[in-house]
Amino acid sequence: MTNLPTPETPDVELVCLAKAGELDAFEALTNRYEQRVYGLAMRMLRQEQDAEDVTQQTFLSVLENLEGFRGESSFSTWVLRIASHAALKIIRKRKGLNTVSLEEATEPSDDFNSIPHPEFIADWRQSPAHLVERNEVRRLLDDALTRLDEKHRLVFLLRDVEGLSVRETADALDLNEGNVKVRLLRARLQLREDLTRVLGDPARQLVRSPHHHE
Amino acid sequence: MKCEELLTMLNEYVDGTVDPAVCEEFEKHLAGCNPCQVVVDNIRQTITLYKDGQPYAMPVKFREQMHDALRKKWKEKFPKK
Repeated sequence: MTNLPTPETPDVELVCLAKAGELDAFEALTNRYEQRVYGLAMRMLRQEQDAEDVTQQTFLSVLENLEGFRGESSFSTWVLRIASHAALKIIRKRKGLNTVSLEEATEPSDDFNSIPHPEFIADWRQSPAHLVERNEVRRLLDDALTRLDEKHRLVFLLRDVEGLSVRETADALDLNEGNVKVRLLRARLQLREDLTRVLGDPARQLVRSPHHHE
Repeated sequence: MKCEELLTMLNEYVDGTVDPAVCEEFEKHLAGCNPCQVVVDNIRQTITLYKDGQPYAMPVKFREQMHDALRKKWKEKFPKK
């Protein structure tokens, strides 16, 4: 007897059923993650057609490779990993480059000594709760994301938007944890800088004093 | 702790994974450094904005097409079911 998947059925159980050929289980997994994959792809690529391609490719790849998924990572990390690589492939293609791994793209700047310092420091005029309600804010957020290098953008999206841990983000992108941490810090600082220039209250701008605080 | 040192531990502080001893130093610095305080606030607000921002909804038509394509592929893979 087959129990139909419910929203409470854990991923691991659905994965087992899907491996045994239960279409319902596979569809339940797809339903569970398709919006997240599409959202990640849209934020990476900002183009509907490309985001759709990434989403479809991701789930076709999940279907193809399900037997090979041994559960070393969680299913969600595995799916986001496939989606991330598919999105990067499109970005690299747009740039006219051959696919290179994220690890190869590691630059010497991936260390803490070259972290840019905050420049525009001011309290925001409105709270995030008010800001998310405003339609123009999404554009502002997406514009700021686009200005990030894709390797920083992807780390930020996986860690801070998708809620993966540093370890999971590293696994998904074939990076070491140290690289993830530096990239995340750069991404957060750059986004903070960009957003504060628009959302910050110029009347309350703070200037760092030249001496170092102890 | 100097502002520069604080910067290198910003992630751990914001994520609540910083070592308790370091956390204490971090907070001591924050209490006396308004710019660093505001930077920490800004970073938290930045993360919240992205996390709670309006999601992108998948177009319904695309979703149907994708599910059709997946079902077709599934039947090739598991012809008996």
